Amino acid sequence: MQDIDIADLKRISELIFQKYNYDFRNYAMSSFKRRVLRIMELKKLTVESLIKKLNDTPIFINEFLDELTVNVTEMFRDPSFWRIMREEIIPAIQLNHKQFKIWHAGCSSGEEVLSMCIMLKEMGILHDVTLIATDLDVNILEKAKSATYPVKNMELNEKNYIRFQGTASSLKDYYKEDSGYAVFDKNLFMNVSFRKHDLVLGDVFNKFDLVLCRNVMIYFNQNLQNEVLKKFHESLFKYGYLAIGSKESLIWCDYANRFIVVNNEEKIYKKIKD
Amino acid sequence: MSKFNLNNSYKAVVIGGSAGSFQGVVKILSQLPKGFPLPIIMCLHRLKHVRNGFVEALSIKSVVQVTEPYDKENIKKGGVYLAPANYHMSVELGNYFALSTEEMINNSRPAIDITLGTTAYVYRDKLIGILLSGANRDGALGMKHIHEKGGLTIVQEPTECMIDTMPKAALAVTKIDHVMKVDQIVEFLKELDKQYR
Repeated sequence: MQDIDIADLKRISELIFQKYNYDFRNYAMSSFKRRVLRIMELKKLTVESLIKKLNDTPIFINEFLDELTVNVTEMFRDPSFWRIMREEIIPAIQLNHKQFKIWHAGCSSGEEVLSMCIMLKEMGILHDVTLIATDLDVNILEKAKSATYPVKNMELNEKNYIRFQGTASSLKDYYKEDSGYAVFDKNLFMNVSFRKHDLVLGDVFNKFDLVLCRNVMIYFNQNLQNEVLKKFHESLFKYGYLAIGSKESLIWCDYANRFIVVNNEEKIYKKIKD
Repeated sequence: MSKFNLNNSYKAVVIGGSAGSFQGVVKILSQLPKGFPLPIIMCLHRLKHVRNGFVEALSIKSVVQVTEPYDKENIKKGGVYLAPANYHMSVELGNYFALSTEEMINNSRPAIDITLGTTAYVYRDKLIGILLSGANRDGALGMKHIHEKGGLTIVQEPTECMIDTMPKAALAVTKIDHVMKVDQIVEFLKELDKQYR
């Protein structure tokens, strides 16, 4: 296994920023390093040949982004989180807005969006909700839109769904198997729009009642987490909700005092100050 | 000079373990000298989808409360940390934790190689790495990193392990400074503690 030093990692993130306008300069160093080493190993590249390829082959950038970003996710990850969503958070939003908007920021291959849509359908309110799912990786967005996953992933997804205690007897009610893939019912995505959006360099583009961004900001350093939280703050209506991963925390951020903790175990926050 | 030839230059202890390591870890934590001066950073294989219970079970007999750190939490002297379920746990330059949900390594998340490898990178020759009982090869490469950065390597005596695959894998890939039973590891940590008094 090759190694790479911080100076070379900085050269790579600087090059990607200057040439392609993606900003990884404030990513957490340990995981960024592992991702770059992984790409070097997968593509059989040295540091110098990777830099050359990024410089000379613009089409390589999409493939690079696809491997660099972490796209490991599950349906109904942390079933207790989804139960709280169903039993407390969504009903609380509906007290004020019968029709509301959700942003899945950094949606990756779409498992959380799909989980949300299944939950909303089971609650009988899917038609009342507008969902926007964004990621900076266009390849993964295509995958998310297809709502198609390898059947081998479904064992874990099904286990989570059972612990979530959904109203269907099985997730199988929502998909058909086709040559090793679980193809979900596209009607579940009737109100979802998938868009390319960069959390780091992109602008605030809409206002939401709920923002989900679980296990995305762990790849950022604290400065960047701070900046992104400001964007989420601006993207939320007053009294809107923000959900982050179970081992993430806002307490180090400047805007932490503009939120209150609604559920500490599941890391659900509510914006209380503009 | 102590019998283990120790000094007070170390900045952290990192412990890896899997199947059969629970009793050993409990013994180490329950006999840790009060006010032990270094952070103890642990990555133990655990059920991926059970978030609660493990840290509580470890804390019952531990001298120090065991915590699962948040992403970007600072590492404190004397803190005892456990990698949370379903996250890899790294240490970053600047002395804080970073969590990630990357692919499993050695069929594991948390993977011991990640925690050991990143602590080796940050603490270099100021690190003590301990690998306990376990049923796969995770941790062997991490121990190699610790050795290559000049850190001290210890594995649990294979004959004492419930499953010896893990310490044996480490012994096969790198130089291990001490092969010890858990009781000796406890003695070792007590001796280490004295260097800082």
